[in-house]
Amino acid sequence: MESVGLNAYLFVGAVLFVCGIVCMAIKRNGIGVLMGVELVLNSANLNFVAFARYTPLGLDGQVIALFVIVLAAAEAAVALAIALNFYNNHLTIDVDRGSELQG
Amino acid sequence: MDTGTVLRNLLTLAWLLPLAGFVAEIYALQLRWSHRLSKAPAQLAVACIGAGFLCSLSALLYWGNETKWVGFAPVEHHTPAEGLDGGDTAPADALRPDATGGEPASEHHHQTPKFYAGTFYKLAQFGPLEITLDWYIDSLTLVMFTMVTFIATCIHLFAMGYMKDELTEEYEDHQVHLPGGHHFTRPGRFHRFFAFLSLFCFSMLGLVLAGNIFQVFIFWELVGVCSYLLIGFYVERHSASTAANKAFIMNRVGDFGFLIGLMILITSLGTFRFFDVTTADGAEQTGLFSLVRGDDGKLDISDDPSVTKSVVYLRDSHGHRLVDGTTPRTISYLLLIAAGLGVFAGSIGKSAQFPLQTWLPDAMEGPTPVSALVHSATMVAAGVYLAGRFYPMFPPEVLLGIAYIGCITLFVAATIAVVATDIKKVLAYSTISQLGYMMLGIGVGGWAAGLFHLVTHAFFKSLMFLASGSVIAGCHHEQDMRKMGGLRHKMPITAYTMLIGVIAIAGLAIPGVGNALFGQALAFSGYHSKDAIVASALAFSELNRNPLHNILFIVPLVTAGITAFYMFRLWFMTFAGQPQDEHVYEHAHENPAIMTAPLVILSLLAAGCAIGGEDGWLYCLLSFSETVPTVDRFTSERVASIVIPSHLDARDVHGTAGGLALLAAFAGTTVAYLLYCRKVVNPDDIRRQAGGVYDFLVDKWRFDTLYDVAFVRPCHIVASWCQGFDQKVLDVVLHASAAITIVVSKWERTFDEGMVDGLVNLIGNSTTNFGRSLRVVQTGRLRQYVMWIAVGVVVLFAALFTALPK
Repeated sequence: MESVGLNAYLFVGAVLFVCGIVCMAIKRNGIGVLMGVELVLNSANLNFVAFARYTPLGLDGQVIALFVIVLAAAEAAVALAIALNFYNNHLTIDVDRGSELQG
Repeated sequence: MDTGTVLRNLLTLAWLLPLAGFVAEIYALQLRWSHRLSKAPAQLAVACIGAGFLCSLSALLYWGNETKWVGFAPVEHHTPAEGLDGGDTAPADALRPDATGGEPASEHHHQTPKFYAGTFYKLAQFGPLEITLDWYIDSLTLVMFTMVTFIATCIHLFAMGYMKDELTEEYEDHQVHLPGGHHFTRPGRFHRFFAFLSLFCFSMLGLVLAGNIFQVFIFWELVGVCSYLLIGFYVERHSASTAANKAFIMNRVGDFGFLIGLMILITSLGTFRFFDVTTADGAEQTGLFSLVRGDDGKLDISDDPSVTKSVVYLRDSHGHRLVDGTTPRTISYLLLIAAGLGVFAGSIGKSAQFPLQTWLPDAMEGPTPVSALVHSATMVAAGVYLAGRFYPMFPPEVLLGIAYIGCITLFVAATIAVVATDIKKVLAYSTISQLGYMMLGIGVGGWAAGLFHLVTHAFFKSLMFLASGSVIAGCHHEQDMRKMGGLRHKMPITAYTMLIGVIAIAGLAIPGVGNALFGQALAFSGYHSKDAIVASALAFSELNRNPLHNILFIVPLVTAGITAFYMFRLWFMTFAGQPQDEHVYEHAHENPAIMTAPLVILSLLAAGCAIGGEDGWLYCLLSFSETVPTVDRFTSERVASIVIPSHLDARDVHGTAGGLALLAAFAGTTVAYLLYCRKVVNPDDIRRQAGGVYDFLVDKWRFDTLYDVAFVRPCHIVASWCQGFDQKVLDVVLHASAAITIVVSKWERTFDEGMVDGLVNLIGNSTTNFGRSLRVVQTGRLRQYVMWIAVGVVVLFAALFTALPK
């Protein structure tokens, strides 16, 4: 079967990445931001898997992708806990309201 | 134990007991053993010195017993023929240095050694220079120990009565006037007085026991310090503190010469020891006396006719010349003279000889018991003792110098004593005069005569001082003889014991009643000793053809008359005639037994200690330890032509000299009797007639004025120059440098504040500002951060791709 090639995967990954970044940057909803993060992580995973298929990286890329998925799950758990607490304290999950970290 | 060890132990005990007493007495108050009103310190002091006397006396008797009393009887003199041929055969009286600790080594007449000596302790060793504590005991040491401890005991007893005013918490010193008409009051210093007396005795005994010249110097200085402390006992009185300073400073002048002498000795002879020692490895270290005098007591001078080139060969105790490789060890004759003069300069200071005599009359500011001690047994005796002990080191030229110094001193002091009116001052000048006699005696070869006079003088002078102290205490501290008179009715014991002393010092005698017991004439001690000195002086002046040396005989003869005159003048003015001052006479009283008992004891000894004259035990004892034999005449032609007479020469002229001296003494006594008792002529008329001379004498021959002009004023002038230099130059320089320092400091402050502080602050401030500016970036907005991250990533990648090589 004729493959679509590495560049196609990279392109899709880049689009996903940019979408994720834009989502993080423009969403005021904390959950939205988390979604953006997931997008970014998954774009990276796509790249790893693509490199695993088309380059001598081999199985390592797929293993790293697995790790990233685990990390993403952990990160989502932590981030959702933060979001929950943030809501308890501020009665909102608007990230612009959380400016206590201001220098 | 052999004899030397026993003697050493006894004398060391006698020497150290007063030191123990001193320590106990000086700390008695601080440690609360005693209190200010207690007589315990005095009793302790008397006990110490009294025990010392018993030790010394038993040492003397033990020595006499061990030596079969050979030193107590006259020594047979050789005939001149035998003495003069003695080139090879050593004379009987030769120095027998038998060195360490008294092994009898003499093969001649005496089976007994001349002396016992040894080392207590080695203090230090600087290369070849060894500093040790030695002991040297001969009959002179024994006599001095017994005499010093005995007289000191009497004086301690007397002082217990004399100083009882000090037994108080508030002593009022009537001679110190405070502003507002009050007198100075202070706590009594009874214990301190006795502590100083004990230290004084310790120092003097150490000086007598010393076995090397450096040790003598140590105790010499200790004696000086003690006299300073005691003369300045009433330190609040200006006169007393000045007198103490004067005594100390005048002595420093003499000690300077002493030090020079010591330096010459150590550089040329290499040892300070008097005696020979055998070291552990068998080598013999020859002492000073053997080095210079060999075994026969003669100087081994080279035949070189020129003075500057002649040398004295150093010899060991067997008389062999010492060699250093092949060259003989020598000392230049001139250096030996210089060393002798240097050491004698010390004696001049200590014994108040011309020209350093002026401190002694001023030393009368001390309490009278101190004067008695200083003037008889300790301080001034130390100078004569040193001259006697060091006699073997003196070449004839030095002896001539000693004789002339003594001659000048005895005359000058006697003339001043004639016009003195303070009872203690008369005695002070008489002391100087008698010390002059002793020096003269030593100088003209009458070694034993000089020391004989030292001992007899110690007895009668301490007696007279204590008697004068008794008068002063009895008359409530009145010392002016013009206010006394007739006191013999009020204080008979003092008066008649004093009379014994006066007769003794005047040298009166009843001629012709001589017998085996009393010697040539029936007389008190002073006659015998002065007679011996005058005889030596006559022999000296007869043997030396130089007519100038006749002075050495005529002056002491005339002075013997003056002595009799001023001493009887003192006695007549004080005790005889009519009371001059009713107030003084009314209140005069005899003193308690503790003060009169020492007078009686001393008067017995003043009368009888020289019994038998030159055949008596005392003279024989002293001449037994004569280190340089005077059996032969000794002639020196080096610097001046000098003949030192022998014993026989002195003996030949003894009758003549004694008769003349007695005549002079009687003449002086008669004049004093006529003037002051019979009042044939009013002494005031004579004073008016001879006004110039009188003033000259009252001014003490203007020595104080001379020294004031010659030394004190130039000193002040130089001091004022120095002060001016200090103020005009040094102070200016100092102030200028201080001002410059201030200016520089100000600059430095500016620099510190501006530059150093500024730099540090600048760094700090800029860091703060930078941090503050960075604060703006931290907005706390998550989305902004994300955007920055994205932008950052893009920028980083862009940079990466542009920078990386394709």
